[in-house]
Amino acid sequence: MKTHYDIVVVGGGPAGSTAARYAAEQGASVVLLEKDREIGVPVRCAEGVGEKGLSALIAIQPQWIAQRITGAVLHAPSGAAVQLHTDEFGYVLHRKIFDYDLAQMAAGAGVEVYTKAYVQGLVTEADEVAGVVVEHMGVRQAISARLVIAADGVESRVGRWAGLDTRCSMRDIETCAQVTIGNYEGDASVCHFFFSSELLPGGYGWIFPKGNGMANVGLGISGDKAHSGSPHERLQIFLRQVVDRPAILTRVYGSVPCAVTLKKIVRKGLMLVGDAAHQANPLTGGGIVTGMAAAEIAGRVAAAAITEHDVSAERLQEYARLWGEGGGAKMNQFYRLKKFAFTLSDDTLNGLAKATLDLSPEKRTMTNIFKAALINKPSLILDAIKLFT
Amino acid sequence: MIDKIKHLQNKCDFCGTCVAVCPHDAIELAEASLQILFNRCTLCANCIHVCPTRALEMTDENSL
Repeated sequence: MKTHYDIVVVGGGPAGSTAARYAAEQGASVVLLEKDREIGVPVRCAEGVGEKGLSALIAIQPQWIAQRITGAVLHAPSGAAVQLHTDEFGYVLHRKIFDYDLAQMAAGAGVEVYTKAYVQGLVTEADEVAGVVVEHMGVRQAISARLVIAADGVESRVGRWAGLDTRCSMRDIETCAQVTIGNYEGDASVCHFFFSSELLPGGYGWIFPKGNGMANVGLGISGDKAHSGSPHERLQIFLRQVVDRPAILTRVYGSVPCAVTLKKIVRKGLMLVGDAAHQANPLTGGGIVTGMAAAEIAGRVAAAAITEHDVSAERLQEYARLWGEGGGAKMNQFYRLKKFAFTLSDDTLNGLAKATLDLSPEKRTMTNIFKAALINKPSLILDAIKLFT
Repeated sequence: MIDKIKHLQNKCDFCGTCVAVCPHDAIELAEASLQILFNRCTLCANCIHVCPTRALEMTDENSL
């Protein structure tokens, strides 16, 4: 590990590896620091992505795909199941392989990658970000850099050290528990989503099949509802409802910031990307595609800023602006829908399911469900139409 | 200083959810260690409530 790079990227998830790769491809010297011993492990993710979103960002490799998904079923609290009509499809990924490959692509572009590299703090000069302090295999050292990209996840602290408020409110954090089971007997091409204000308040439960009898089964609930039952406790109940004697092969816990993007995601010498910047989709909790999309912009802007010898907040703001005009604006619309959707009562959800089942199968679309739900909220109908058509 | 919030190492998955909601940046998390900085902690209990596994709890003298 050298003591100076143009850019230090903190965190080796999809956003970190993507930002690092794009910056290095433009000629910047880049080091990527991952705190865990292995890129991609542990997988704290339900691993679902939309085909459209991911393929717009990267050429999808067959080894990343655990299962191609062509259907989705929404389960109301009453038990009523609505098979959604959609032309889109998606994948459940092998995140471990996916993350590995993204880091390897970064390395191929010239990025130096280190695991077990724990960033403990920032180096500052005259109150400005000038690098990081990292602990690696018992050695603590300072790395000076012209720019730090913080891709350190929901638990991000790098931004806070630089005075950017990366905290997540209790209402907007989705706290989650998931198991991967090995004896899933359902249709492997169909994802399931479960709603219940009592068991799954402010969130939902899911089954994402991974093929070969494997499936990610989990749930996320709003942080401000977790005092009355932890995700772990709720998952025991949920599992009894949806799988007969699950063979649990993996157990994982974690959370997603389901909020609007932070107001400030840059300052002089620093950019935040991915979950650290609260860029995940607040309605679904999906953060792979959004984080990578933002990271691509961040990597390009970072490299340009290095070339121009200008890492001022004004220069880096181009990243925040481009994100805000594209994915960010969309996420704000998703947030408005989330705030509405996750406050619906079980009675309302059951009524919606019933009304949707009265429609012919090809009319059971997300747009039509939201149109029916938003009958008294016309201002949100436009959001729903824009997002789901 | 006496620990006021107890960290149950064997229930913890080191997922960082507590770090995300801590208003005072009072939790240090590495690959498999977690430390609460009691000089910053105000016992707001956000971390206790949000933890997916209930791996944090108030000690008796500060019970909720």
